[in-house]
Amino acid sequence: MRQVSSVGLLLGLMALPAALGERSSESPPKHNQTSFEIVSFKWDHVKDTYVIILWILVASLAKIVFHLSHKVTRVVPESALLIVLGIILGGIVLAADHIASFTLTPQVFFFYLLPPIVLDAGYFMPNRLFFGNLGSILMYAVIGTVWNAATTGLSLYGVYLTGIMGNLGSGLLDFLLFGSLIAAVDPVAVLAVFEEVHVNEVLFIIVFGESLLNDAVTVVLYNVFETFVRLGPEKVTGIECVKGIVSFFVVSLGGTLVGILFAFLLSLVSRFTKHVRIIEPGFVFIISYLSYLTAEMLSLSSILAITFCGICCQKYVKANISEQSATTVRYTMKMLASGAETVIFMFLGISAVNPAIWTWNTAFILLTLVFISVYRVIGVVIQTWILNHYRMVQLEIIDQVVMSYGGLRGAVAFALAALLKEDYVKDRNLFVSTTIIVVFFTVIFQGLTIKPLVQWLKVKKTEHREPKLNEKLHGRAFDHILSAIEDISGQIGHNYLRDKWSNFDRKFLSKVLMRRSAQKSRDRILNVFHELNLKDAISYVAEGERRGSLAFIRSPSTDNMVNVDFNTPRPSTVESSVSYLLREKAGPVCLDMQALEQRRKSIRDTEDTVAHHTLQQYLYKPRQEHKHLYSRHEIMHSEDEKQDKEIFHRTMRKRLESFKSTKLGINHSKKLNKIHKRDRGQKRRNSNVIPNGKIPSEISVQDFTLKEKDLEFSEAEENNDYETLHLGKGVDFLADVTKQNFTENSTGIDNPVFSADDDQSIYMKFSPWLSSEDTVVPSQRARVQIPYSPNNFRRLTPFRLSNKSVDSFLLADGPEDRPRSFLPESTHM
Amino acid sequence: MGSAHSVPAEMRALADRTGFTSEQIEHLHRRFRQLSRDQLTIRKENFDSIPDLEFNPIRAKIVHAFFDKRNLRQESSGLADEINFEDFLTIMSYFRPIEMNMDEEQLDRFRKEKLKFLFHMYDSDHDGKITLQEYRNVVEELLSGNPHLEKESARSIADGAMMEAASICVGQMGPDQVYEGITFEDFLKMWQGIDIETKMHVRFLNMETIAHCY
Repeated sequence: MRQVSSVGLLLGLMALPAALGERSSESPPKHNQTSFEIVSFKWDHVKDTYVIILWILVASLAKIVFHLSHKVTRVVPESALLIVLGIILGGIVLAADHIASFTLTPQVFFFYLLPPIVLDAGYFMPNRLFFGNLGSILMYAVIGTVWNAATTGLSLYGVYLTGIMGNLGSGLLDFLLFGSLIAAVDPVAVLAVFEEVHVNEVLFIIVFGESLLNDAVTVVLYNVFETFVRLGPEKVTGIECVKGIVSFFVVSLGGTLVGILFAFLLSLVSRFTKHVRIIEPGFVFIISYLSYLTAEMLSLSSILAITFCGICCQKYVKANISEQSATTVRYTMKMLASGAETVIFMFLGISAVNPAIWTWNTAFILLTLVFISVYRVIGVVIQTWILNHYRMVQLEIIDQVVMSYGGLRGAVAFALAALLKEDYVKDRNLFVSTTIIVVFFTVIFQGLTIKPLVQWLKVKKTEHREPKLNEKLHGRAFDHILSAIEDISGQIGHNYLRDKWSNFDRKFLSKVLMRRSAQKSRDRILNVFHELNLKDAISYVAEGERRGSLAFIRSPSTDNMVNVDFNTPRPSTVESSVSYLLREKAGPVCLDMQALEQRRKSIRDTEDTVAHHTLQQYLYKPRQEHKHLYSRHEIMHSEDEKQDKEIFHRTMRKRLESFKSTKLGINHSKKLNKIHKRDRGQKRRNSNVIPNGKIPSEISVQDFTLKEKDLEFSEAEENNDYETLHLGKGVDFLADVTKQNFTENSTGIDNPVFSADDDQSIYMKFSPWLSSEDTVVPSQRARVQIPYSPNNFRRLTPFRLSNKSVDSFLLADGPEDRPRSFLPESTHM
Repeated sequence: MGSAHSVPAEMRALADRTGFTSEQIEHLHRRFRQLSRDQLTIRKENFDSIPDLEFNPIRAKIVHAFFDKRNLRQESSGLADEINFEDFLTIMSYFRPIEMNMDEEQLDRFRKEKLKFLFHMYDSDHDGKITLQEYRNVVEELLSGNPHLEKESARSIADGAMMEAASICVGQMGPDQVYEGITFEDFLKMWQGIDIETKMHVRFLNMETIAHCY
């Protein structure tokens, strides 16, 4: 309660200048200034923007306040809390101002608040799930909405004729107009409530998809009936009705088409933003917003436009933009959507406190509530019954209950109602107040009870599983098998279409819309693999950091060696990953064994090189300082970040290899390196141990050509450090030359665990060439090295002798198709 | 059986054995004759005439599965040279969707059969184990659709997947222990919790389909 009062205080502060401003605007300011004022109070100057920003601040602060108490937020959905807060604030404003000065205007809602939410929904839409259920979604969205609108409108009119509602100035058309605006399930409300409920993905996508796609129906129905009401019932002819039906197809397909066109444009633009990384994320927002505005301009369905813009562009954009930009896009989009949602719900509450719009008609309001609920249930049951004849995953009765119950109405309905003109819709105020009641009832009451309902009914919930590599592989195999079976049996089914589409996509679309490097790494399986590895490495390093040192990765002497004990229970942050499982099950023995052996063997050999190299690194120290200048067009990567990445990468590889070599009984020489586009050419090939090994020479030849390709890619992606590349090339060459020697005199080592570590071999075998190379061109890291690096990173300096920039391959590897789990995935942060 | 003049009784027997409806069997039979060019059996070469299959990266494996005797519910193992219509239907029946009225036990068997089919596809040397090399081959083929991906990547992905499998199926392993390959039991374990029955199915339509064939 204290928090609420503090918010109220803030608001009081805000309302005060507002009142002041009004008074001062009544008496025009004097312009006959006698002297120059050092400071002047220009409230009028900033008033409008200031108030808006303050409102946003209040809403955001309110969110913080809500989340101070977990008990409250677990039970009450945030949207409901925001509405209540809005009502309270509205009351305060009303008390202070005596008129309701702030309301949610349709203009603001449709132009600024709705687009970010819908774009967010489209851009993060699980495409496969969405298109897999598209048939059902369309059915609910189109037929369900028409059904709801018609039945609600007609039933209300029917009851009105009996005279219970008293005398209203409305005819049948007005009731149908009201029915059409109240019929649509609202995407904002559905998202807000369902994200907290976590029902299974099929159920979610159906309700959510419906709420997005029914926009076209709502827009058309609304426009048609609004025009009819304006024209008057006598002018409504059959031709007009046919026009209405035609306009539905134009509006929906047109909106979709606009979205797809802009998605194409956006993907194409994102292909060429290599040199303007900083504004790269901006394109995503600007072009999608343009699609919204264009559709609005052409009076097409703008929600469909921006949804499909997001859905269609996501694959290409995510592949094209850099990892940092992708993160930026993700965060910005979530921030905008979450902010807009917060503001919407709060303003819904504020708007309700307006004596001017309230017209109470108990029968009308109650009957509306009853009808929309009842017809929603009936509609869902009938449609599901039809759909279940065609669906693979049946929608059961429990699902139907949730679907009916989840039919929340929201701000779209309110904005549409507010758009009505009193001139020709006589009962506008009744419609508006009824809409508000309906919205409040569905969001607060249904939102509050849906969670217990879902628990009580034991609705299948989403399982948060990590993507498993095997699963992805089998999934891919399935796609091919199924489409092949459809080919063989001569059926044209879902798999057939998907297969044809992905072929088309691969052959044409991706070639046009994706960077070459992105085409290479876009494979989903590769992404999962990469992601798993990364997560693995992160948790590994996190573990090390938790124990206060990074020394466990490599330490130059055995004395301060820290062995990682993987058996210790760790904080829950990383616990759920598959990789954790891997480590937990099998890590302790093999990793430690190998690490010990490696260290013991290599310490003496490497220590000299290490010392030299450390010296070298510090010699170049002064040079890097001017790199830390301010730049608007480039973000300097902090040194920590780079080091972290490198550490991640190295430990990850190391760990995985040691693990594998023991597990699979194979040599670890030729794994993983290709994945990371980093060639550790200095590989020892213990071909004797490889169970089904290839002939070594063959591999090296193959490797060489591959390496050339890799180099090309990094060249394309590298934007700042050509010197690194130069270095990389040199070392590559050396590496390849020497590697061939290696393969020739490779001796079979029976147990790979005891083989010398690859990276040590850099020092052991290549120091003559490498050091000469190094003195000429310092590594990128050496140049950017921060003199006093924090914590124990310095230990790692010897191993920074990477022959290629780590960042470059991380960049090239960056795009992922799925937001990572440790990044925000919901609009609720 | 499988001749052009299938009598109703024969049809019913087929329907009982494979679970297809008689309409579906008729359509599949028409397709069969189209593929076999009105012969009683299909040989491997017949599959070459399906143009859509050409771009399928694991085409060879799939066609292979049609001739794999393990899949044909015959006791022997090895490869058949040709298959008749009943065999064709048997293979197709692996891809039937689940039916509404199946009980738990049937569902379980159904599921196992589907998995068995998949397992046989991976286990190309019929030794009841998916070895690393076999897995690698499959992954390589799977990823061969992407021209930018090198074989090395495929290999390391397969290795990673194998490791994952090992950790799921065996758990704690000694340092010298070697995981030889995925047995069918392990395979089942890996698939636990994943609804294969909702994934591995083709909707066999009752209506006339468009058939591409030249």
